[in-house]
Amino acid sequence: MTFMVPAVNVADLKETTLLNMGIFALFVAVTMIIVIKASRNNKTAADYYAAGRSFTGPQNGTAIAGDYLSAASFLGITGAIAINGYDGFMYSIGFLVAWLVALLLVAELLRNTGKFTMADVLSFRLKQRPVRIAAAISTLVVCFFYLLAQMAGAGTLISLLLGISDWGGQALVIIVVGALMIMYVLIGGMKGTTWVQIIKAVLLIAGAAVMTLWVLAIYGFNLSSLLGGAVEASGNPNLLNPGLQYGKTETSKIDFLSLGLALVLGTAALPHVLMRFYTVPTAKEARKSVVWSIWLIGLFYLFTLVLGFGAAALVGAETIKAAPGGVNSAAPLLAFHLGGPLLLGFISAVAFATILAVVAGLTITAAASFAHDIYASVIAKGKADAATEVKVARRTVVVIGLLAIIGGIFANGQNVAFLVALAFAVAASANLPTIVYSLYWRKFTTQGALWSMYGGLGSAILLIALSPVVSGAKTSMIPGANFAIFPLSNPGIVSIPLAFFLGWLGSVLDKRLEDTTKQAEMEVRSLTGVGAEKATDH
Amino acid sequence: MGHEAQETDATAAVDFKEVQSTPRFQELRKRHRSFVFPMAIAFLLWYFAYVLLADYAVEFMSTKVWGNINVGLIMGLLQFVTTFAITGWYVSYSNRKLDPIAAEIRHEIEGHEFDKHGNQISGVQK
Repeated sequence: MTFMVPAVNVADLKETTLLNMGIFALFVAVTMIIVIKASRNNKTAADYYAAGRSFTGPQNGTAIAGDYLSAASFLGITGAIAINGYDGFMYSIGFLVAWLVALLLVAELLRNTGKFTMADVLSFRLKQRPVRIAAAISTLVVCFFYLLAQMAGAGTLISLLLGISDWGGQALVIIVVGALMIMYVLIGGMKGTTWVQIIKAVLLIAGAAVMTLWVLAIYGFNLSSLLGGAVEASGNPNLLNPGLQYGKTETSKIDFLSLGLALVLGTAALPHVLMRFYTVPTAKEARKSVVWSIWLIGLFYLFTLVLGFGAAALVGAETIKAAPGGVNSAAPLLAFHLGGPLLLGFISAVAFATILAVVAGLTITAAASFAHDIYASVIAKGKADAATEVKVARRTVVVIGLLAIIGGIFANGQNVAFLVALAFAVAASANLPTIVYSLYWRKFTTQGALWSMYGGLGSAILLIALSPVVSGAKTSMIPGANFAIFPLSNPGIVSIPLAFFLGWLGSVLDKRLEDTTKQAEMEVRSLTGVGAEKATDH
Repeated sequence: MGHEAQETDATAAVDFKEVQSTPRFQELRKRHRSFVFPMAIAFLLWYFAYVLLADYAVEFMSTKVWGNINVGLIMGLLQFVTTFAITGWYVSYSNRKLDPIAAEIRHEIEGHEFDKHGNQISGVQK
């Protein structure tokens, strides 16, 4: 998920800028036509937020893969493997295994119990207002940090791929990305956004597959000789062994454990991933979509293994590090090495499309959460009609889009990996304990939910603020100051267990009893899908 | 407001506590939990065992097995294999053991076999 600056020598870029722009313009034109067509019958709130629950499992699974495989995964992991070898590969594994949590524990029960947002499920059998507000706040915080990371990355990545290097030009690129994203979401709603995700996922996976086969063909489809080539080119025999990046000190080892914990537990608590489960008609389709996404994402991460070591062998770590994008230039440089400007142009356009699609998915999730959880349920006290709610959601899209543009311009050049890791850690700390407890633990109470959500959210953000990511090191956001009293750059190992503990403690100490009828209703609904399935099978 | 979280509401009059206490629902819940909990614990243990080995048993993980392929790489690829295998296993388990019984209960509720007083009204079908 590191995802800083991009790829490629500026000299290479000059030749391919027009080509990149052409391929990207084509992508925008084609997807825009599809979005407009798909949006013709967007009428109800369910149409707008949940695409009328009309997607099939495989379609939704592809869209989930599109949401999940951000440019951060593609450029970041390939680069991490090319430079840090084996340690980079461990990211892929964490990101993939995390999906089992979603599949086994969360996806189907969530689909059966909610309507549009994560807060629907969390507040189902607890006190509506406080729990809904807490869930909406954590959704907005997670989405905002994720958004900021994507926008800031878009600025640097795309500007360099298109050969724009001055600050004003980069700001212009961020504004264009933001404006396009607002248009997709306003016109297309969830349906349009989902189609953009599907197209992008297919392009990204196809592009990675072509490059993977190409690299393997060079080495006679022998993985061992590819690895040998990578070691030889890097001159470091430890490239294939663990510990190159994280094995340096005892603290860095614990930091890796903390990151591993946040990654494996964060995925099933990311609001924009959870919201995707509502775009399918039944729990069975929700299951199918997770299965599809596990296969696609798993396949993609296997490709990154070959691409990463391929970049190390064919391009070389020194060339990659010296390129303007540093570590993250590995994949585009490899594309240029293999297929010249044409493949580089294609891969660059796919990277741009990736950011656009991920940003659109995040925006609609945040807008739905604000309109549905805060406006309709709390401000209008459940009296708003669906049309007003959708109107509020659309306005929220514009506000969030503008905030993301402004934030992206100011965060441009900041350490983007920090923002993504924060989003994962916050999601795992603030949301996962409450999701798991409310689905599986009968005695869970409102007080437990509030303690866990606010405690998890607060502790995760506080610990990151006090970590070396923000101050006290050369790579910090504020390198001049030093208030880093927390040694780890990822808070997961502290904040996630703390949030689970607070959820338990708050429930045990709660004197108020929860409604057991609601608990029964939630349990029956979640396991049987009663009332949530479309009236097709009776 | 819990009802509001659902669209169809043929279920407004259903006594969910009654449904919850039926042996069939208890069986469904038992089957679900007896699969997902042990499986979740197993794959999390296996994942963290792998992370800890990579973190603290570098020499073992660096042992070459075949050509340049070492234990760490094989164990990493095995994580992919187990993830795919558990996915497939869960899908087949759900199709065989969970879906039929869940559909049965759902049909009964939606056919209003249970009312507020907990009486079973048989033979009422849509």
